[in-house]
Amino acid sequence: MGGKRKSDENEGMEVDEDSNNSNKKMKKEKREILPSSIKNKEKRSAVHAKLKHQKKLEKRKKLKARDAVAKRALELGEEPPPKQIPRTIENTREADETVCMPDDEELFAGNDADEFSAILKQDRTPKILITTCRFNSSRGPAFINELISVIPNAHYYKRGTYDLKKIVEYANNKEFTSLIVVHTNRREPDALLIVGLPYGPTAHFKLSSLVLRKDIKNHGNPTSHEPELVLNNFTTRLGHRIGRVIQSLFPQSPNFRGRRVVTFHNQRDFIFFRHHRYIFDTKETKQSGSEGKKSKDTKGESISKEKVIARLQECGPRFTLKLVSLQHGTFDTKGGEYEWVHKPEMDTSRRRFFL
Amino acid sequence: MQHDEVIWQVIRHKHCSFMSKISTGIFCRNPYNVTGICNRSSCPLANSRYATIRDHDGVFYLYMKTIERAHKPNDLWERVKLPRNYEMALELIDKHLMYWPKLLVHKIKQRLTKMTQMRIRMRKLALKTREKIMTTPRKEKKREARREEKAEKAAVLDKAIEKELLTRLENGIYDGIYNLPFNKFLQTLETDELQAEDEIEEESEVEYVEGNFELEEEDDIEDLGMMKDYHISNDEVADDDEEINAMEENTVRRKSKSAHEKSEKDEFGKKLKKKPRIHVEVEHEEGGERQKVSL
Repeated sequence: MGGKRKSDENEGMEVDEDSNNSNKKMKKEKREILPSSIKNKEKRSAVHAKLKHQKKLEKRKKLKARDAVAKRALELGEEPPPKQIPRTIENTREADETVCMPDDEELFAGNDADEFSAILKQDRTPKILITTCRFNSSRGPAFINELISVIPNAHYYKRGTYDLKKIVEYANNKEFTSLIVVHTNRREPDALLIVGLPYGPTAHFKLSSLVLRKDIKNHGNPTSHEPELVLNNFTTRLGHRIGRVIQSLFPQSPNFRGRRVVTFHNQRDFIFFRHHRYIFDTKETKQSGSEGKKSKDTKGESISKEKVIARLQECGPRFTLKLVSLQHGTFDTKGGEYEWVHKPEMDTSRRRFFL
Repeated sequence: MQHDEVIWQVIRHKHCSFMSKISTGIFCRNPYNVTGICNRSSCPLANSRYATIRDHDGVFYLYMKTIERAHKPNDLWERVKLPRNYEMALELIDKHLMYWPKLLVHKIKQRLTKMTQMRIRMRKLALKTREKIMTTPRKEKKREARREEKAEKAAVLDKAIEKELLTRLENGIYDGIYNLPFNKFLQTLETDELQAEDEIEEESEVEYVEGNFELEEEDDIEDLGMMKDYHISNDEVADDDEEINAMEENTVRRKSKSAHEKSEKDEFGKKLKKKPRIHVEVEHEEGGERQKVSL
């Protein structure tokens, strides 16, 4: 019976070859199913591995082809094909409408009416009060010492058991411009609270990856010159505001001869803090012989050009901040007006950043 | 009374839902219990005449149970509000429980004391701010750590900082502080040094050209004496003047080892040059100025 059936099918196949071929193609297309729809684990993992291997081979082929084309173009003396720009998270960041534009008058007006405008216009020199949370930790005091060496005109006072609101009052009386509270959790500094005074905003940061100066290899020792400030990548309005918070901690008259730079670099909502001493040097770079080959006048000698580079020596601590909340007034968790609060639902997209 | 005994026997030896045994003792969880311990005298179920103090929203009430109302569970407990004042509350307790067993009254008063102290402490604490402990789900912590690491790699920090500093240099913020590009600065230095070296060699070569030197030596010594009267500056400066002069007089020639060796042999040939020094005196000042400028 089965044999007869097969023979019938064979006959059928012989007759309609074309239609069968098309049928076969359709079947092939149907067979390219997702490995996730295969229920059998072994079979599924095998199919997946095969797919991956294929993709890898294709990628390698593409890369080789690209390289060959580029090489050929160079040999012929033509322009190599333009390099493709890799797709990064920064390239594909979700468009944010609060990004600061360079010609935004509202922004400048806002800056003038800001809490920091007095400090940033050099009417008041920054004076920082640093304190801790109630229970001190093992790494806290070391970190605070380093903070004091980084930020000029910073003073440390012990916390005692005063309420933060009382501390804010006390600082106002003594004419401080900012208050920094270093919070510790499990014997490690955990959070940083920067309160601008007298009415200033309160920024609450989460602190992580702290590396003290003594743990950095080949570290330098900072001098007491006033440092330069580098704030990178603070693009949105919120980022701009945070940038001004940080700016108000440092004096606005940097001493360039001191060659000290403090950097707050924002990348994907993480603010990286670095403290360096820098120096400018000239470095001789020899241009490649291919360029000599290009121009027939030169004899293919290497042209040595002198380029100016900057060299950095790291000193001081290294840590990362992430903004948790920004409150409009001084510290008041119950009755305060929050400008920005981090909520877990903001983390759902990998391409969305707020600073 | 008999009733109480029976109840107690049953409760203690069989099962009481308010009893809780811990390693430190046997406790009674009945809210009407005075001491909180499971005892024959402290059990509210096994005592038909009983009293307690209970707290409702910061107000203390004295609850009393008598055998007359034992058959009416709804109206079993009589409630009296105690005044806020501790002494007045004590007096009120005495008044209500005048003819009650002293042990019970004593226990009630102890309970009142403890509760007032607790109330004071709770009110003080409520005024103070306490840190609230918030928990973060572990998943979030791990996610943040991962993202931070990737962000750090994406932000090539050293390069970014160097780039920023170089842009600032180009924009001219550091004008006047740095002599950059260094090559030009060094070149000017080097050319001066080269000039100085060339002049020394030219002298030595020029020495060949000149003739007798013995006679002129004596002259030179005399000149030297004269020189000291006129010149206050160093001999080095004078030598430099000579070199510059030599440049003007003779052609520029490149360095060569042989010239060096010859210069050593004919060192006293230098003195030959001293004759025209008198002329040099006039030009010395200019030379001095030139020296300063090139330095």
